[in-house]
Amino acid sequence: MSADTLTADSRPASVPAGTGSLKRFARRRSTIAFLMTLPLLLVIVCLVAYPASYGIYLSTLNRTMERSIGFGNFEILFDTDTFWNVVWQSCIFAITAVIAKALIGFWLAHMLHHIPTKGQRKWRGMLLVPWVIPPALSTLGWWWMYDPSYSSINYLISLVGAPPVPWLGEPLWARAAIIIVNVWVGAPFFMIMYLAALKSVPEQLYEAAAIDGASSFQRLRYVTVPMMANIISITVLFSLIVTFANYDIVRVLTNGGPRDLTHVFASYAFQVGILSGNIPRGAAVSLFMLPILAICAFFVLRGVTRRNKEQM
Amino acid sequence: MAGNRISRRNTLRSGAGVIAAGVLSAPMVHAQGTGGSLRCGFWDHWVPVGNDVIRRLCAEWGQRNRVEVQVDFITSVGNQNLLTIAAQAQSRSGHDILSFPTWEPSAHARLLEPVDDVVGRLVAKYGAINPIGEYLAKREGAWRAIPAVSGSQHKPSLGRFDLLKQHAGIDVQAMYPAANQLGPGVDQWNWDNFLIAAEKCAQAQVPFGLPMGSFTDAVDWVGALFRSYGANMVDERGTVTVRSNPAVRQALEYAVRLCRFMPNDIYAWDDASNNRALISGRSALIFNPPSTWAVAKRDAPQVAEKCWTFPMPAGPAGRFTPYLPYFWGIWSFSRAKPAAKGLLEFLSEREQAEAQTTTSSGYDIPPFGTMSDFKIWETEGPPTGVVYNYPLKPHHNAQQNIAFAPAPAEIAVQAYSQAINTKMIARVAQGGQTVDQALTWAERELRNFARG
Repeated sequence: MSADTLTADSRPASVPAGTGSLKRFARRRSTIAFLMTLPLLLVIVCLVAYPASYGIYLSTLNRTMERSIGFGNFEILFDTDTFWNVVWQSCIFAITAVIAKALIGFWLAHMLHHIPTKGQRKWRGMLLVPWVIPPALSTLGWWWMYDPSYSSINYLISLVGAPPVPWLGEPLWARAAIIIVNVWVGAPFFMIMYLAALKSVPEQLYEAAAIDGASSFQRLRYVTVPMMANIISITVLFSLIVTFANYDIVRVLTNGGPRDLTHVFASYAFQVGILSGNIPRGAAVSLFMLPILAICAFFVLRGVTRRNKEQM
Repeated sequence: MAGNRISRRNTLRSGAGVIAAGVLSAPMVHAQGTGGSLRCGFWDHWVPVGNDVIRRLCAEWGQRNRVEVQVDFITSVGNQNLLTIAAQAQSRSGHDILSFPTWEPSAHARLLEPVDDVVGRLVAKYGAINPIGEYLAKREGAWRAIPAVSGSQHKPSLGRFDLLKQHAGIDVQAMYPAANQLGPGVDQWNWDNFLIAAEKCAQAQVPFGLPMGSFTDAVDWVGALFRSYGANMVDERGTVTVRSNPAVRQALEYAVRLCRFMPNDIYAWDDASNNRALISGRSALIFNPPSTWAVAKRDAPQVAEKCWTFPMPAGPAGRFTPYLPYFWGIWSFSRAKPAAKGLLEFLSEREQAEAQTTTSSGYDIPPFGTMSDFKIWETEGPPTGVVYNYPLKPHHNAQQNIAFAPAPAEIAVQAYSQAINTKMIARVAQGGQTVDQALTWAERELRNFARG
């Protein structure tokens, strides 16, 4: 007997028919479930669906926001050299930074995992510092170190007789400088996620592998990585989204320069939308991230689902 | 007489009617007496006391007119003021009066209350407003904002007179003394001789510190350089003239030559880098307001006492000084427009304008040419008269300029914010492109700004 039936039977005989059906409706599991998820739905509608829809609507307007031009803003962007530079640079920036963060985070997690528990907490706390400092603040510190004229890094380099590096003045160095800061900020996140995953790998698997004569690399390749695959995928996806949408590092360090060669989607969208007074085109720039990230998310999540099915 | 009976329902109905009529007819009757309240969002001045004088003047006007004036100061650091303007324009709510940076009045012209009446009265008293102020604030024949005193700045030459004399043989104090007269050598103060001086100072390890990035200091001085060559990149009608105007190529080639005598990191400089170059004693000349000198006075007095402000070099089409004005505007959705107009008129009057300029150590430039004689510009120092030539004076034979004028503002703002002029130069000077490639790139970018 279902709960719905039970609640229907408990209706007092004196209650009018209309009131009874309302009560019955209110006591249904589906109604209660809906009511309990309503706050979350409201939050999603207000903070995700509405801004996203409004962004899409904005991207279809003309510069003065008085009339719709359909996909006109996208057409104009596709015809702009700078925009294609931004697409290319965003991909280079995000992919390079995420790979570097994943590798460094993986290495750090392994190092930490093998430290005795007593000392581990101290190291874990220290290594998390770059991640917990507000990026705008820490990036300012990096900017002082990279400063075009008074770089402290260049001072250290000069002590060994090497020539100064134009950290923010030359496109190649500027791109590298931005990626370095992003990796410095983001690697601890990978480290903590991987460390949690490492701790959940059953010790018996390593013991079995050792009995079978597996080398360290083979244990890593055939035990650790497969057991961590889902966490690695989800962490990479999450970081890819955040790195693609990064704004503050580029804004503080280079403002997109030199010659627009370090702009990423967010910094270019701000320049086009807010600074240049063309909000619809700025919205179009930022919306361009959506299909790229959606494709990434699709493949990563499909991989996770497949692996889960295989393990079941 | 049932119809005349005073019933409870009739009494309530009449009472509600009276209250509604009162509220609708007198929305301003609240707060401090009869004047209502006024919410103002002014620019958060670099000079801390610059805020104090605005606060004092607003309080003074509020008391006199029985209006409660609430004053907020919105910083331009991190473009906070631009974000505030965009948010208020989208939500149609916020302050009554806002300070609008250079290009914002034209961007939000539809949402700004016309202020022709206020400007008309001010012009009748003090003479014409400068043409750049008019270009930026007038839309479809109506003034949408009033060129403000607080925050408006020039960016003329600010040089080390000792280094310029020693290495380049130029006596800038003699050329432009702290008096309404010109000295010897002014006719030679042009871009060609500037290039020679730049080379000599670079050889002496005190190169000119002229940024070539995407920040306003860079865009402004390059804008003035291009204008002095007659190198308009877009004309008044919005036609892109990058390739059809030979002066653009001429100015570009000149700028590329000049870049050879600059520090090699100018492409990454922001608005503070040139200040630091001068204050640290590493540079002989920058283009900047006297805020650099003011910081030097505090941090490096031995540098400050050797600084001198003087106009930019002249080109074939004349002498132009970068001008970056602020504007005071009233939102069309404001419920206190008459009071807002009254306050802005008060703040623009000579006495109040002088108070603002004096408090900011001469930094603030009023929009009226007749106000270029404030005492502070004569007395400020050391050296006394260092900022005498900071405002444009008739004997300078110079004009104010904003980069990308006279292009329609909606195109010019995009070109300005995206620093098309400095990037075009950097593409050749740093990126190794040919002049033709850089011109083609600039032409295409500018054409796309005009679309949509």
